[in-house]
Amino acid sequence: MKQFLSFIKKEFAHVFRDRKTLIMLFGFPIVQIVLFGFALTNELKNANIVVVDNAKDLASQQIIDKLQGSKFFNVQKEIMTPSAIDAAFKEGKIKLAVVFPVNFNTDLLHLNKASIQVIADASDPNTAQTLTNYVISIVGDYQAQLSPTSQVPYTIQPEVRMLYNPDLKGAPNFVPGVMAMVLLLVCVMMTSVSIVREKEMGTMEILLVSPVKPLMVIVAKAIPYLVLSIVNLCVILLLSVYALDVPVKGSLILLLGESTLLIITALALGLLISTITSSQQSAMFASMLGMMLPTMLLSGYLFPIENMPVVLQVISNIVPARWYYVIVKAIMLKGLGFSFIWKETLILAGMAVFFTALSLRNFKIRLE
Amino acid sequence: MDAITVNNVTKTYNKKTVLAVDNISFSVGKGEIFGLIGPDGAGKSTIFRMLTTLLLPDSGTATVGGLDIVKDFKAIRGIVGYMPGRFSLYQDLTVEENLTFFATVFNTSIEENYDLIKDIYVQIEPFKDRRAGKLSGGMKQKLALCCALIHKPEVLFLDEPTTGVDVVSRKEFWDMLKRLKAQGITILVSTSYMDEATLCDRIGLILNGKMLSIASPEDTINAYPEKLYAVKANSIYHLLLDLRAYEGTINCYTFGEYLHISITSNEAEVRKYLEDKGHENIEIKAITPTVEDCFIRLLKHQDERNSNKDK
Repeated sequence: MKQFLSFIKKEFAHVFRDRKTLIMLFGFPIVQIVLFGFALTNELKNANIVVVDNAKDLASQQIIDKLQGSKFFNVQKEIMTPSAIDAAFKEGKIKLAVVFPVNFNTDLLHLNKASIQVIADASDPNTAQTLTNYVISIVGDYQAQLSPTSQVPYTIQPEVRMLYNPDLKGAPNFVPGVMAMVLLLVCVMMTSVSIVREKEMGTMEILLVSPVKPLMVIVAKAIPYLVLSIVNLCVILLLSVYALDVPVKGSLILLLGESTLLIITALALGLLISTITSSQQSAMFASMLGMMLPTMLLSGYLFPIENMPVVLQVISNIVPARWYYVIVKAIMLKGLGFSFIWKETLILAGMAVFFTALSLRNFKIRLE
Repeated sequence: MDAITVNNVTKTYNKKTVLAVDNISFSVGKGEIFGLIGPDGAGKSTIFRMLTTLLLPDSGTATVGGLDIVKDFKAIRGIVGYMPGRFSLYQDLTVEENLTFFATVFNTSIEENYDLIKDIYVQIEPFKDRRAGKLSGGMKQKLALCCALIHKPEVLFLDEPTTGVDVVSRKEFWDMLKRLKAQGITILVSTSYMDEATLCDRIGLILNGKMLSIASPEDTINAYPEKLYAVKANSIYHLLLDLRAYEGTINCYTFGEYLHISITSNEAEVRKYLEDKGHENIEIKAITPTVEDCFIRLLKHQDERNSNKDK
């Protein structure tokens, strides 16, 4: 036991004396959260749109007022020829154009039917889609204001409710993603590098010629990173709750527990990488390539898994972050309890056991 | 019982393409200092790694402290001290932390075996709060020796412990080994410094994975069959060319400011030959061979044998 404690003490000394790594360890998640939270948001605000009002009547004016009133748009009113609109799109000055035809109000009142042209820059399809939807819903609102007086039979009015994230904010989506990514990257990379460093520095040679057991070396290596990752996790949670207004709806204890499980899985994976690689660079490369990409692409965090080709869907099953992402969303956003996520938990636990067993088996008791 | 026995051990690398150790046998008695002497790449480190159970031999058997290096590797790891050729301590830990760590790894404490390392440790104690990476070469080696000794091993393996260490520290280092020997610790040490060879009880000259001779330093020197002379003249380069061309020369090579030459004829004949060649200030004196001379002779023999084989 004393042996073990002294090992852990030594590992902590390594971590704390390596200032650069330590800064990276804590700087990385904070930068990520701040970046995603404030800079890299996919919510649209103040998009530049142009309104070409050829009608200049009551109805067109009222709709324009509504467009102007919304926080999504930054409306420029200009009379533009179709070719001028085209040019403005090409220059990238505007994202969307709304064109009212002449006699808009008259058509609306007398023909019971009028049209508006909405032109969007679909070189960025998501933005185009979102902006068009905003316009359609604003026009729909206006129509609804008119309709109590008019008698339109058989109208179906969808009442849409956005569950768990009514404002469609970006933060609730990426906080779980960033958590998964940071925990995995930090744990996998740090552990793999720290064991490989012993090989590179030659200290493994001395450790092998001593009565220490491989299991102890491995566990002692993992413990400081386990502790640091939990601290890291708390920092992320505090930031997300207090800076980004993403509250934890479910049980905090459960969330911490599940996160610890992910950390253990990641540590086991890091150990596995370290038993296979022989230099710090290759260990770092393997963990970056093996963790960063799959975690970003195949966890469902950036791209929905359901839309992927079957092959990728199958591969995504072995990405720990995929299961963790589901768990965190369930706890943080939906406020669900353990009974809803036991399956994912079991899979993660299985992975942790598998990776640990494999790395123990791979741990070389000699130099070859 | 011998502390180390090695019987016909062979070791190859890279799928048997590189022969590192070629059918080597030797044994080291308890409390003996045995030196493996040879140039870099001779196979010394490979022997160390096999005996410390880090590598498995391709064939042959070996024991350390009566334990088999393959079967009983766990037990061996508890009774030996190993100092690898490369400095292998934690550079970001202080001197004291390194020592404490290795003491606890071996389930002991600095206090328990302090008398064993005292002589060495007092020299590095003033720097005990300094990080190991910031120590000088000699200090590092002393610390490494302390760490290898802290658990009072039965057998100590020191792989080139004095490489890169200044002359004074080297002398101190060897004084320490003598003291450890007095405590009954068996020491297997390797070096590429020939002058250190005389400090061992017995030496094995090793080259290209082969053991060329095993004997005490005195016997190794006494076994030198020819007469050896040190020769000097004004133009040392022409002297070397002329002596190599001389028919009575067996071997001639530079050795410091002198040429060492072993001959079949006698001193007078050589002097006459050189005077005829027009050399000035000729100085010839008979000398006792050093271990290095013995080594060079064995080297030449092996070369000749190899070239004869090729023919």
